[in-house]
Formats: sequence, C-alpha cells, structure tokens
Amino acid sequence: MSEPQQAVLLLLAHPSQHRSEVNLPLFELAKTVPGVTTVDLYGEYPEFDIDIEREQQRLLAHDVVIFQFPLYWYSTPAILKEWQDLVLEYGFAYGTDGNALKGKRFFCAITAGGKEEAYQAEGYNHFTLRQLLAPLEQTASLTGMRYLPPFALFGARTAVEDGLMAQHLEEWRELLTALVAGKLNRRLAAKLERLNGHLDQIITG
Amino acid sequence: MTNYFLQAFIYLVAAVIAVPLARRFGLGSVLGYLIAGVVIGPVIGLVGEETSVIQHFAEFGVVMMLFVVGLELEPKILWAMRNRLMGLGGLQLTLTTAAVAAIALYFEVRWSIAFTIGLIFALSSTAIVLQTFNEKGLNRTDGGRNAFSVLLFQDIAVIPMLAFIPLLALPELVEQAQQAATQVATKHEEISLVAGLPPWAYAIVIVAAIAILVVGGHYLSRPLFRFVASSGVREIFTATALMLVIGIAALMSLVGLSPALGTFLAGVVLANSEFRHELESNIDPFKGLLLGLFFITVGAGIDFGILWQDLGLILGLTLGIIVLKALVLLLITPVFKIGKSDRWLFALSLAQAGEFGFVLLSFTVQNHVLPSELAQKLSLVVALSMMLTPGLFILFERFIEPRYRSAKADREADTIDEHGSVIIAGVGRFGQVINRLLSANGIKTVVLDHQISQVDMLRRINVKSYFGDATRPDLLHTAGIEEASLLVVAMDNRDSAVELVKYVKHTYPKVKVLARAFDRGHAYLLRDAGADFIQKETLLSALELGADAMKCLGFHPFHVEQQKNTFKRIEKRSSDMLYGAWKDDSSGERFDNNYRKLFIELEETIKAAMARDRNDKYAMSDRGWTPPPKGYDELLDGDEPLTVKRVEEPLPSPGDEQLKP
Repeated sequence: MSEPQQAVLLLLAHPSQHRSEVNLPLFELAKTVPGVTTVDLYGEYPEFDIDIEREQQRLLAHDVVIFQFPLYWYSTPAILKEWQDLVLEYGFAYGTDGNALKGKRFFCAITAGGKEEAYQAEGYNHFTLRQLLAPLEQTASLTGMRYLPPFALFGARTAVEDGLMAQHLEEWRELLTALVAGKLNRRLAAKLERLNGHLDQIITG
Repeated sequence: MTNYFLQAFIYLVAAVIAVPLARRFGLGSVLGYLIAGVVIGPVIGLVGEETSVIQHFAEFGVVMMLFVVGLELEPKILWAMRNRLMGLGGLQLTLTTAAVAAIALYFEVRWSIAFTIGLIFALSSTAIVLQTFNEKGLNRTDGGRNAFSVLLFQDIAVIPMLAFIPLLALPELVEQAQQAATQVATKHEEISLVAGLPPWAYAIVIVAAIAILVVGGHYLSRPLFRFVASSGVREIFTATALMLVIGIAALMSLVGLSPALGTFLAGVVLANSEFRHELESNIDPFKGLLLGLFFITVGAGIDFGILWQDLGLILGLTLGIIVLKALVLLLITPVFKIGKSDRWLFALSLAQAGEFGFVLLSFTVQNHVLPSELAQKLSLVVALSMMLTPGLFILFERFIEPRYRSAKADREADTIDEHGSVIIAGVGRFGQVINRLLSANGIKTVVLDHQISQVDMLRRINVKSYFGDATRPDLLHTAGIEEASLLVVAMDNRDSAVELVKYVKHTYPKVKVLARAFDRGHAYLLRDAGADFIQKETLLSALELGADAMKCLGFHPFHVEQQKNTFKRIEKRSSDMLYGAWKDDSSGERFDNNYRKLFIELEETIKAAMARDRNDKYAMSDRGWTPPPKGYDELLDGDEPLTVKRVEEPLPSPGDEQLKP
C-alpha cells in the first residue's frame, strides 16, 4: 500500500432507528471496518445539545467526512442541520482563519424513499439527487473540502423486500475500505451522479 | 435434651463441612448433603436409629418446596402447561411402570409385586431435580420445563397410587401381620378424619378440604396478611407463613391426601397475591434447611450391611433402573418435540427414583404388598439412584451440553424479557413514574414496597406490586435479583437506600443500580455505595419550573431551553468535581456532624465552577449558535465557484409520471 491510511469519520443522523431497515445495517457494517469512526448523532445528543468543541476535535482528527442520513424533504434530518450550524463555525470551518477542514474529502451516504426515476428533471421530484444536495456541495466548497457525489440507495422503503440490500452492503464495505486505504480516485468520482454502481471504475489499485 | 443438641450439632457440622466442599468441586449442594449423610451415618456411625424419625420431619422440606414451587406458578401458567403435564407425565409414568413390571415378570416375580415395583420406580425425585435446576439455572430451559411438568404429574399421581396399592395386598403377608398384630395389641393409630368413612363421604370430605384450601387461600389470605403486615413485626409474618404451610399440611394429612400436593395447590392459589415474594422469602430458609436434612437422612439411611450382602444385585438394579428410565424418557421426547440438548437434560434429570419411592415402600410394607426384605433392598436402590443423580447432571454439563453449545449460539434467545426484568424498590411518588414509563414500553418490572397502603393503591389501578422490605436479601433473591438487569432504588428511607445499593453492588456486581437521591449529600453517599446512575429527585422538576418562570418573564422559550441545558450540564460536571472534593475532604470522618460546613464549601465550589465556566477558553463548549462577524464575507474570494459538471450516465428510461402519494 503506497498511500497512507485515511481516517474516516461517519456521522449518522437517523431519528427513528428502531424502524430503520437500511441505514442501521449500513451503520453496523461501517462499525466493523477498521479506520472508520462511527458517530450516532441522535444517540449522542438526544437533546440536541451538541458539544461543539468535541465535534470540531473529531473533524480535525479525520481525513474523510461522511454524512449518513435518510433524505428528509430534500435535505438532512434536523440534527445534522443543527450540527452544521453549530460546528462549522466561523473561524473554524470558514472565515479568515477558518481552514480546519481544508483538503478533507466529504460526501453523503443517503437513502431516498422515491425511485431513481423520480429524481430526474422529468420525474416528480424534478431535480436529481446531486442537484438537491447543492447546499452541502457548496458547504464543502466554502470550507475547502473536496466534494464527492453521494452514495445513494433509492426506493429505500422497499429495498429489503426488493432484495437490494446484499449488494448495497457489499458496495458500502468496498467503498469504506477503499477510502481508508486511500484508493478512491477523486477526480473520476467527482463527476459522477452517485458513487455506487461505478465502484470498479473509481477504485484504483 | 443433651442428646438432641448433640444430634442436631452433628447434622449441622456435617452439612456445614460437606456442602461448601461439594459446591467448590462443582458437585452441587444435594450431593454434598448426601455425602454428609453417608459419612455421619453408615461410615462413622454417629447417627443411626433416629434417622427414620428425623426423616419424617425432614420430609416436611419436600412439602415446603412444593409450596414455593406453587408460589412461582400462577394458575395461568399451570393451565397453559396442562397438555405437557398430562401427556408427558402420563406417558412417562405408564411406560416406565410397564417396562419395569415387564422385566420383573420376566424374572418370575409375582405380578402384584412386579406392578408395585414398577409404580415405585416410575417416580423421580422432585427434591433433587428442582433443587439442582435452581442451582444451575436450568429452570427456564425447555428440558427443565418439561422435566418439571413430569415431576408435577408424578407428585399428583402418588395420591391414586396410595389409594390403589392396598388392593394388591398379599394374603400370606396379611396373615403374618395379623399374627403379629395380635401379639402387639397396643398399636399407635394416626389421627384421621376419614378413617371408617364410606367412600361417598370420603369423597365429599376431600372435595371440601380442597375447596377450603382454594377459597380460603383466595379470599381470606389477603385480609390475614394485611392484618399481620400492619403490625409491622417481621417475625409474625414469618410465623404466619409457617402457620399457613403447616396448617395446610395438617389438613391434608387429616383427610388422607398428600401434604405436598396440598401445599402446592395453596402455593398456586397464592401465586397472584401481592404477598407472594414476602411469603416465599419467609419460607425459603426453612425449606432449604429441611430439604438438606432430608438429603442427609437419605445418605444416613443407607444400610451398608444389606448393601455389601447383595452388592452386585443392588448396583446392577440401580444402574439398570437409571438406564431404563432414561431410555423411556428419551423415547417420549420426540412426541412432544423436545430437541437438542434439552432432550438429554430431560432424560438424565429424571432417571433416578425419588423420595416418594421411600414413602410408597414403607406404605407397601405396611399394607402387606411387598415383603420387608425386598423393600429394604429396593429402598437402597432408590437411595443409590438418587445419589448418582448429581453425577448425571455433571455428565450432562461436561459432555452432552458442550456438543450442542455451538448450535445453540446460532439461535436467538427467545426469553429475553425474562432476563431483562427490572426490579423497582419503592414505588412512592418517584418509583411509580419510573414504573409507568417502563411498563408502558413493555418492560417487565417487579415492584416492591414495604408500605401496604401503597401496594394496595397500585393494585387498585392494576399495577402488579408486592409487599415486602427490599433491603432483605432473601426478598431480593425471590424477586429475581440474580436474573434482573436493573435495580431501581427509590425507597423513602435514605439510609436503607444506601445500604441496599451497597449490598446489591457488592453481591450482584452485574446488576446495574439506578438510585434516586434526596439531595446532594445523599447522591454522594449513593455514589460511594456504587450506584451506576443517580438522579436527584427535585433537580430536574425544579429546573422545569424555573424554566417556566423565565418564560413567564418574557424570555424566549428556545433561549430558556438552552439556558436550562447549560445549567444541567454545569451541574453535572461540577457534581463530579464536587464529589471528588467531598470524598477527599471527608475521608475518615464523613459521618461526622459537619454537614453545614461541608455544604458551604460545596456552594463555594459550585460558584467557582460556574465562574470558571463562563470565562475560560475551554468552557466555550457551553456556547450556542454564534453568527459570523459583520462584513466577513467581503474577504472571501470567488476562486472556487461551485461547479457541478456531470458525466451523462445511461439511465433506465425515466418512468416519470409515476407520482406516488
């Protein structure tokens, strides 16, 4: 392995985990991948009293940042928005001396209830998932992070019944392992609509 | 008198030495008692003739055990297991009796004797098996449950056997006995209500006795216990419990029924009572000691003279019986779909003969069904098979269960709710709320309170609760502290609460203890005692009302919420710090009367902690959302504008108009 080990920080935001069929298995799998730090935001801050100092230290200690969440109204669940509002502080993440996140990689691991066809200009959601995530993409841009397209699962409500889970979990493990090993080709990946489905093209070595 | 003291001392010394040793070697207490008996009886001959007298007394241990077993079986559970009880039990009894009798007939034993022997050996030892299940925690396994239903069926079946066996009396034995009886004219008669009654009247008396038991147990026990509990004298409650068990045993004996069955029934009737745990913990020590005594007498009663005489025959018979019974039991397991290691547990645990075998043997001799020389040999077989039982359990544990263990791990445990139960000690104004939250979430709780009015009130609103003093280790034990995962301590007596936490954390370190503190000082004491989670009872509700006050004064609700959380956080953090200070400060003389001084110091520490928190850099963690400075964005350069260049990917044909609700 020529490239150094990358520390991966995975922040999960899922407010009703006892009902989760997709996100929880993904999260559990991530826990088993060496080099990945997993954080359950609703679990750590059930009262939304986010410890800003601690979160910023965590960010500093990692090279890759992943938001994992079910898409709620074309955006993140509330705690993840609160987390952004509080943790990505002026002077830390942006502003004159705010360059703590520069150079880190960032992407979202998302589950969406609608089918992939729905996330098209012609579909009922009218925008692609990547377009809908533009606020996060711009956040990454302003904080100097290198943005990657989302790792996305569509039709999440029926993914288990449709038998999609096994492959999705396998790709998730592949992606996380590649990230830790620093084997993801960011330039190729950055242009994609989503990361999964193309892993063999963008993982090097 | 001196003689009695000496005898009692010998029995106790034997038990005190043998049982801990046996347990240390993993043999279980039953084997310890049996060995103790063998040593003081046949080996050194310290005790002898009086064993049979003591045995009668000791059989009362079996009676008490069935009472306790009954207490743990609600009528609902008993009804639910009726099929297994009748099916498994009936099948086991019939097949074993038939098999033993057939073999005896093959050796040209008279049919009536062969049949009686069959009945005697069909029974297993409730005392040994249940005691061992209890010690090894096998009660809740499938094999354990099924074995229990068979044992229960056997205990019930003893009654018709006692009625039936006299019909098998042998003419020549009766003749002998009559000759003997004329020689010894003054024969001691037992008191009986039913002697000489015609069968129909006998039936009425029995029905009446059982009705008294069930109806009385249901309607009279509660007022009685309440009356006794209101006195607040603990030993009178113990006396009441003993009175109840002895009274029922006496009543059953008077009408010629098995006292064990009677107390078992009474136990079932009382299983729903709020006094159940208190009753159980009062009876438990007596039960344990008397059962121990019973096992000792079994050991002491072994007649080595007869044993050496016919060593080969008796050993052969013993092993033969064990193998035969185990085979029959194994044979019937598929009928009731008992699988895997449970099948072996079921078969091995019931393969011995039981204490009712002794009862039946002496009964058959009295009724001239078996000649007494034969009965003596058979009772050796019964005793030896009982002594070998712990060995069978060891065989199961060491060799059979490990083979199935890997298969077992794959299966999810299906009795999680049993193990995850929560004990709540004290359900006053505080514990009650906890219980409501937990129960509403389907968590099984066992609620204990020593105020009968409180228990009454909860019962009225359908909350299952039990009367009893939670600081009593025996009560905690019967409430299931060994299997509980949490204990909530919310009792009103501060000192008892601390004592309870200390005791539980020391004795059952695996149980998480959550304690309610009255105030800061109490919280420290509880923390010192080892409580895992502590809440000061007024802090959070006072904070809520304080927040309401701030809102009334016009503060924004969200700001109030944030301030409240900050307060909570500082409180928690400084609480840790203060605890350290308190511990250093007071080591050695913590219980001295310098509370005032201590409190002032604590207040100073809080103030200092709060002040430090506001000023130093680290305390920035209490900050909330802060806007960037004005005009900061003019410094930003637009070098890296957002660009979303995408490759056009081949996508499945868009089924766009599929609008879903």
